[in-house]
Amino acid sequence: MIGVIQFPGSCDERDAAAAAGRIGEARLVWHEETDLSGLDGIVVPGGFSYGDYLRAGAIARFSPAMEAVAHFAAEGRPVLGICNGFQVLCEAGLLPGALLPNEGLRFICRQVALVAEDFTGPFGTEVEAGSRLSIPIKHMSGRYFAPGEDLDRMESSGQVAFRYAPGENPNGSVRDIAGVTNEDGNVLGLMPHPEHAVDPLTGSDDGLVLFRALARAPQTAAA
Amino acid sequence: MTPEVSESRHRELGLTDFEYGRIVELLGRDPNQVELAMFSLLWSEHCAYKHSRKLLGKLPTEGERVVMGPGENAGAVDIGNGHAVAFKVESHNHPSAVEPFQGAATGVGGILRDVFAIGARPIAVLDSLRFGELSSERSRYLFEGAVAGIGHYGNSIGVPTVGGEVYFEPPYEHNCLVNAMCVGLARTDEMIRSAAAGPGNLLVIMGASTGRDGIGGASVLASAELEAGDDSKRPSVQIGDPFEESKLLECCLELLERGLLVSLQDLGAAGLTSSAGEMAAKGGVGIDIDVARVPLREQDLEPFEVMISESQERMLAVVEPGRLDELVATCERWQTGAAAIGEITEGGRLRVLDDGVEVGDVPVEALVDECPLYDLEPEEPSGWMFGNSETLGEQVALTAGRSADPGDPSAILCALLGSPNVASKRWAFEQYDSVVGSRTARRPEQADAAVLMVPESDRAIAVAIDGNGRRVACDPYAGTVEAVLECAQNLACAGAEPLGLTNCLNFGNPEKPNVAWQLERAVLGLADACLGLRVPVVGGNVSLYNETEHGPIYPTPVVGMVGELPDPGNPPGVAPGSGDQLILIGPFAPSLAGSELAKQRGELDAGLPQPDIGAVDAALTLVRELVRSGSVSAAHDVSDGGLACALAEMAIAAGSGIDADLDALVELRGGSGESCLFGEGPGGIVLAAAEADSASILDRAKAAGVDAAKIGVVGGDRVEIASAERDVSIALADAERAWRSLAERL
Repeated sequence: MIGVIQFPGSCDERDAAAAAGRIGEARLVWHEETDLSGLDGIVVPGGFSYGDYLRAGAIARFSPAMEAVAHFAAEGRPVLGICNGFQVLCEAGLLPGALLPNEGLRFICRQVALVAEDFTGPFGTEVEAGSRLSIPIKHMSGRYFAPGEDLDRMESSGQVAFRYAPGENPNGSVRDIAGVTNEDGNVLGLMPHPEHAVDPLTGSDDGLVLFRALARAPQTAAA
Repeated sequence: MTPEVSESRHRELGLTDFEYGRIVELLGRDPNQVELAMFSLLWSEHCAYKHSRKLLGKLPTEGERVVMGPGENAGAVDIGNGHAVAFKVESHNHPSAVEPFQGAATGVGGILRDVFAIGARPIAVLDSLRFGELSSERSRYLFEGAVAGIGHYGNSIGVPTVGGEVYFEPPYEHNCLVNAMCVGLARTDEMIRSAAAGPGNLLVIMGASTGRDGIGGASVLASAELEAGDDSKRPSVQIGDPFEESKLLECCLELLERGLLVSLQDLGAAGLTSSAGEMAAKGGVGIDIDVARVPLREQDLEPFEVMISESQERMLAVVEPGRLDELVATCERWQTGAAAIGEITEGGRLRVLDDGVEVGDVPVEALVDECPLYDLEPEEPSGWMFGNSETLGEQVALTAGRSADPGDPSAILCALLGSPNVASKRWAFEQYDSVVGSRTARRPEQADAAVLMVPESDRAIAVAIDGNGRRVACDPYAGTVEAVLECAQNLACAGAEPLGLTNCLNFGNPEKPNVAWQLERAVLGLADACLGLRVPVVGGNVSLYNETEHGPIYPTPVVGMVGELPDPGNPPGVAPGSGDQLILIGPFAPSLAGSELAKQRGELDAGLPQPDIGAVDAALTLVRELVRSGSVSAAHDVSDGGLACALAEMAIAAGSGIDADLDALVELRGGSGESCLFGEGPGGIVLAAAEADSASILDRAKAAGVDAAKIGVVGGDRVEIASAERDVSIALADAERAWRSLAERL
């Protein structure tokens, strides 16, 4: 069973649950819930949690459910953060770096091409390194940033999961980075929306692989 | 204690002496301040439709599939399997002219509430925008602000913006138009009406608290012409909070799913007065409201201010007393407000109390139904009543190069493709989330209509919004017929059959005879086109007084249409495949009258050819069948900029050149080569099909009595169009550069 966190102001939680539901079972997890037992993986979905009037993800990281997600992740179990979910995971310190306002200071919705890196963890196992994925982005604050030395370290330890294909970087992300993992690789955050790429009728089904990874991830106990 | 009202106060509030006299007669006394404020707003054009109601009676509103017609918060049509699609378009013109970002944002917020007020979950937004020319700094500011505002609200609340249209014309320079349409999906058995019922039941206000924002906003702003220095009206423009609305939306849908509500209504223009008044009038009951129980966001609001505040993100519900606790608990879970502020009464009076003390008492019927209705005094203008200016030379220099000859068809095609009215609107629609909800099978510019999957009913719907004000200005009747046909053409290109129509009539001051004539002719055109296509009008909105000291806007009926198609996987887009044959289908008889080219040459004049609705209907039936049969690889209707622009757009979408010859059309219609290239008019669809399919398409057209001619083939890297010696030949890359030039002008 995959749990999809539902904050007030979430937009893509139903779509994420439906996408996960194409692989296995999924349910919504209310933002005040703290008992995540019985869940095999977590999606922190896109949207504008708590309105995001302050800074994207800045309030959601303090929600009761996110405290539980931090424990869940610390146990080595898989967490997928999409768009606002990626922002929330960065704010919560579960992922390195930060998401800044887009270079053009405008919201952008566009189908983009991603290239998968050779990265670690349950998601990296499932996604073939070098594969090209067509997945839409839609965000106002998606410009990934981390200091240069951190990026060097992340690159050498296989924490950079996805980059925008050459010429496709829509928002000015440093080194074209579209998605990263934590050191153990069990927490993945990305700005593109794999839940909107699960059906050729709506443009592509290249995003399904991440939900498959979530469902298949080994339930590792923390070391 | 109620303050006395000075003798001339009613005039400041926009009521005539005659109307004031009528109020005194209805009440049997002078109204006090609270009552006068309420009457002035509900008797405004915006709420009472006092200049348009008689005309609107001519529109056909009935059909087998209609679930809710005009009069409810939104109209709805049945799409099978126990589901209905609800939709409505509404204007937010004057607020957007004062503050484009918030004006457009709250326009979206308002139309979303109209749709979830009947129990439908919003699944799509479309917008229709009009500004002055982009050479004007103010128009650029308004355009950028309105697009950002629409995106801000729709993106934040998680409803996709799937389509829309924008025109830039001088008459909108001082009075822009921002119309938003929302489409929702409901289980038919969970839909709810707004009629209040059950004396003793409680009236509950939900959502945001009430402040001074918007006081005198929509109603007053929408009912008087804008004048210079209107920045002073800024405080009365409402501020949108999509987060609040997101919670309110989810909360209301949960309350309806649990069957907790007797009726539901959104708070829009004229706030509590309008909403409570309409709920009471529809239910034939009375309502007591205690303003002291309304949660406020600022202190010391006068009772009349509470009654007319246009604070956003609020809903009004009627609930049985025994279920109030459950309602409040649901609202608390969604972190949104709920307060019982009154009750349903017998006797048909709207009473306003302030902590139990009566401060206003009016018969509901007088407030809602007794506003005097006015007859229009239409008079046909003696000729073209708007200006003309030549801009073709400038456009040609910009897009085809300084040395190009403005008489050369290739240079004209570049100029038209680069015109902001024809050019790609990617700059705008990329600022909108078009994919949230996982229904969008055809996104903006992929096809002529947006296509949304509705697995709940095992089918898909197609939606489009259209209305070329310039052509309506040339001939209000023919232009409005064309707006309806254009929508139907867009739907047919996706294989969709129209189910219902909504409209927003944006016009100038109806008290002026020429504007009255435009309005009357346009409504007749709307009625005839709907009857001819058998499409019922299920809702709409009227926005009058769109004029300034510089004159009225182009008369602009905006038409939104929803249709259904059996299979979302089937609809072709606008991109043909390499080697495909191009076939022109339909009674399209191009004319330069009212065209984009006539505009750029400064040759606009009154009059358009009269459309043959029946012939277009027959062509669209055939196009739908062909599209559904899968024998068509692309479909695109001929619209702004004529056939040459339509062909160039298909070439750009395909990433491949085309080679076309329009001599068959020249022969068939007897027009000039130039008019066949750039002339406009309804009833033209370009279909693309593999060679093997194209012969059978021509056969089927012949059998159906629909004109059809092979006009070209897809391939190469140039756009080549021969048309009676007026030949176009440009590189595909040049066509694309011109067509994608919008962002450079901002």
